[in-house]
Amino acid sequence: MSEQPDRGFEDRLRTAEHRQKPPAPTGSAGNTTGSALGIGLRVGIELVSALAAAVGIGWLLDRWLHTTPVFIGVFVLLGGAAGVMNVYRVMGPRK
Amino acid sequence: MAAANGGEPTIDALGQFKLYSLAGPLDFTQSNLMMVVGAALTLALLYFGMRPRAIVPGRLQAAAELAYKFIYDMCIDQVGPEGRKFFPFVFTLFFFVLMGNLLGIIPYSFTYTSHIAVTGALALMVVVLVTIVAIRENGARFFTEYFFPKGAPVALAPLIIPIEVISYLSRIVSLSVRLFANMVAGHVMFAVFATFTILLANSGMLGHVVGPAVGLLPIAVNIALVGFELLVACLQAYVFAILTCIYLHDAVHLH
Repeated sequence: MSEQPDRGFEDRLRTAEHRQKPPAPTGSAGNTTGSALGIGLRVGIELVSALAAAVGIGWLLDRWLHTTPVFIGVFVLLGGAAGVMNVYRVMGPRK
Repeated sequence: MAAANGGEPTIDALGQFKLYSLAGPLDFTQSNLMMVVGAALTLALLYFGMRPRAIVPGRLQAAAELAYKFIYDMCIDQVGPEGRKFFPFVFTLFFFVLMGNLLGIIPYSFTYTSHIAVTGALALMVVVLVTIVAIRENGARFFTEYFFPKGAPVALAPLIIPIEVISYLSRIVSLSVRLFANMVAGHVMFAVFATFTILLANSGMLGHVVGPAVGLLPIAVNIALVGFELLVACLQAYVFAILTCIYLHDAVHLH
């Protein structure tokens, strides 16, 4: 007996909440739970950008200290690790 | 786009991104013009949208209120209660990027977010602001705790600290490249498919009827692409804003 009005209210609340939601294109994807292509692109960009930043730092350090192959070699490895770290931050469990 | 004058017609997909000055010696390019237009449109939406101050909003007021509420909720959800302070910044950033992406879809206009100089400057601004916020909120703890998490073995410090620093700096690259690459890719596809139409129409393939008829196919693809680009435009603006919020969250709460 008390079931009926309760469910009616829940339904109405849900539809009301649904109506309050922002328009689809801004809210639907783009977060960590996106399409497979979206996830792939995001992971790829995270990996490559960490590597690019690391190579940039290594190259600048080498140019500054005149030690050409040393820092760029070290930072390529560190950049790869940082890239994996970035991917873990994106895909891993939320704290 | 296609240079069909006499010589071999070619696909020039990147020519559309060339800047030219609109005011002669003053370096005011079409990119800057679109930035001004975008800013004016945003202000117009908010000003004229909120003008009626109706309890039951009309369409324009609803759009302005939804935009406000959407970004406000994003700030609060992602950053926490401190997010209110950053709302104006995130709102401005979101609309600047959104307007750049959306205005670029209009034919004969220009996508200012398709230049890495613009997106790079935006990303640099975000990271510098995030760093300032982190230092203001946490003082010296930012340097010790952010780049070297508590509880990690000290022996690993020479490995962890460079990795964290690189990871931090790579945000500038990833934030700028993501937006820039999405915009460039979309507009290159527009140009390529539009050029296909011109090439097919000019080809004289199988008489002068079949070529133009086949040329309608790339136009159909382009129409679908416009819809897709609309999605990408909104999505990339959203991603830019929400990543800014996530970085601000990290800055305030140190991970």
